[in-house]
Amino acid sequence: MSANAPADKKKGKTPRTPMPEQPAKVRVTNFSEVALGYTPELALKEAHRCIQCKKPLCVKGCPVEINIPGFIKKIVEGDLDASYKVLRDTNSLPAVCGRVCPQETQCEGNCILGKKGEPVAIGRLERFVADTFMAKDSCEQLTGAQACVMEREDLKVACIGAGPASLTVAGYLSALGIKVHVYEALHELGGVLVYGIPEFRLPKAIVRKEIDAMRAQGVEFHTNWVGGKTITVQDLLDQGFNAVFIGVGAGLPKFLRVPGENLIGVFSANEYLTRVNLGRAFNFPKTDTPAYTGKNVAVFGAGNVAMDAARTAKRLGADRVMIVYRRTEKEMPARLEELHHAKEEGIELMCLNAPVELVGDEKGWLKSLTVQKMMLGEPDESGRCSPIACDGQFCDIPCDMAVIAVGTGSNPLIGQTTPGLELNKWGYIVVNEETGETSIPGVFAGGDIVTGAATVISAMGAGRRAAKEIARKLLS
Amino acid sequence: MPSRILKKRSLIPGQTSELVLDAPHIAAKAKPGNFVILRVCENGERIPLTIADTDKKAGTITIVYLVLGKTTAHLETLKEGEEILDLCGPLGKDTDIHKLSGPVICVGGGTGIAAMHHIAKGHHMVGNHVVAIIGARNKDLLLFENELKRFCPEVLVSTDDGSYGHKGLVTELLEQRLKADPTVGEVVAVGPVPMMAAVARTTKPFGVKTTVSLNSIMVDGIGMCGACRVSVGGKTQFACVDGPEFDGQLVDFKELSSRLSAFKVMEQISYEEFKKSHVCKCSS
Repeated sequence: MSANAPADKKKGKTPRTPMPEQPAKVRVTNFSEVALGYTPELALKEAHRCIQCKKPLCVKGCPVEINIPGFIKKIVEGDLDASYKVLRDTNSLPAVCGRVCPQETQCEGNCILGKKGEPVAIGRLERFVADTFMAKDSCEQLTGAQACVMEREDLKVACIGAGPASLTVAGYLSALGIKVHVYEALHELGGVLVYGIPEFRLPKAIVRKEIDAMRAQGVEFHTNWVGGKTITVQDLLDQGFNAVFIGVGAGLPKFLRVPGENLIGVFSANEYLTRVNLGRAFNFPKTDTPAYTGKNVAVFGAGNVAMDAARTAKRLGADRVMIVYRRTEKEMPARLEELHHAKEEGIELMCLNAPVELVGDEKGWLKSLTVQKMMLGEPDESGRCSPIACDGQFCDIPCDMAVIAVGTGSNPLIGQTTPGLELNKWGYIVVNEETGETSIPGVFAGGDIVTGAATVISAMGAGRRAAKEIARKLLS
Repeated sequence: MPSRILKKRSLIPGQTSELVLDAPHIAAKAKPGNFVILRVCENGERIPLTIADTDKKAGTITIVYLVLGKTTAHLETLKEGEEILDLCGPLGKDTDIHKLSGPVICVGGGTGIAAMHHIAKGHHMVGNHVVAIIGARNKDLLLFENELKRFCPEVLVSTDDGSYGHKGLVTELLEQRLKADPTVGEVVAVGPVPMMAAVARTTKPFGVKTTVSLNSIMVDGIGMCGACRVSVGGKTQFACVDGPEFDGQLVDFKELSSRLSAFKVMEQISYEEFKKSHVCKCSS
């Protein structure tokens, strides 16, 4: 131990290895991925910085409990296949997580090297390993995953929704030989990973590959099946599924409740991003789904979704894109990397401003925005300072497109068609927090439909907890 | 999942057609008032279309569309036996259908007559006396008259040019019918926005419950995007999950009609591109 100490100290001081990315000026003209990923040399260099803690705090910060020192050690040893195996042991979507997790508040936020210097770039290493592995065909991916599991055709589980929570359940249970059927309402699989997160942050090809690996593992996917409409929870139980997992997300967009938000040119972030990402409107008119191109664009909200919408608008040709936020940059909930990238791309932050009215022309098209100055008051229950309106301080801003990215509520479809399913007052599904089981025995839920809008990784964490419990019940 | 076209019938040549689609899982659940979202091809747009009829035994649904833009023009090129890439449904709340003490008047205009047909049939099935009032610009553009006659004791027709039935608007027939019969239990209207707005204006003095089925722009159709939002009684509602049917007296039709024009220019661009690239085989 003492022999290692000087070396460890040195490791803590080595700067983090930067990840190559497209220059800001170039990337605002395309939808290709911004961050390009580590080369093998860069990954090795960064992996060497990990001091292999005996009691790794990073793992505690990870909702799906990845053995982080374990997978990094394998990179150092040059065995990327083994490294991938360690990742896949607990994470069904490592290439996705390496890209979209808020590492600064999870694994990297807990890294001991971060106390005095910079934490190990765990997310970038995860991405590197997953991408390297995915470059191989899915057969190899399959054999590299859980080897030779006896298929249990007698056991079958249904997942409603094909987003991160359900995919985690499917990945986990199919690795144990349980037959999983996933029912997705949209025509593509991946949920928010494909309709919400833009190509420049998470290429759809990556999501497809992760899903292909699950398909190779025996998971059956059914698109255009709407949970609660085409198929209900009761239908699935009647069809003999041993358990049902509901992972339908929290789709219903919230609006600001200010005058003028139904004007033409005002979109929910979900509509705007779905048009561009799922409808591939950035290729219009080669593709059929149109998206609006604003010149002066205001985006309300400051989470990852707001950053995604703002950066998308820029790429579609907006001259000016403003993030209008009631608090300050410090309180913004977006991932640091996204905020950083957005600023580099010329997105303006209009902090301490609250929209009070959207103003239209006589034909109903948005033409300007009235905002009111805010100041920060005392911290509220969430620990963030609550904004207070400054009397009489209003400002008009020319604006022909606005995107509302202030969160989503629960989608009512499952609740409406599942008698006996306990919902809370906001319409979210009530579950046993440890097992994910709902008020209906054998029916589980997890992700945004339980917690309200949260992160990909927290949905995966919920999926993992539910999957463990389903496996325990079915296999014991 | 893809859906095969089992039958195709041209209702108005080159303009409006009816497709019978193989979709047992949708047919099993579909009720009057429901719609589907379809996507014709890989780069296609998702569009909503109301279900005009279902046959649960055969496992089919019927849709009727008017060629209006790229997607419907592409749909029109498909033949029996070919497939639609994605078909998703049934979506939307079912029509509230129950036994009424008086007749129900179902008003339909243009392609809306097809959607109205399914609702009218639902009312007939629970034993209501169904009066159908249908209108079009001229005789050749009138849909579903014979289908409605199969179960509606009264089918009243109007045309703008007087080439068939009453010369004038459906609302004139509606007003006459309401005046003649104070027992009318409900009025249902499906058609162009100005028609639905006019129906709501017409029924207002009579105090009859008036249901309209809205055709707002949709992307996902499952309550996720909010594109279809409409103001109903001053509240924002989503046509896809809260509707598509609402109380006609409470709908802000002006806003709806304005919102429907949001993508007009782009829809035109898309359609023109399609016409350039697609050689029409309709006449061959």
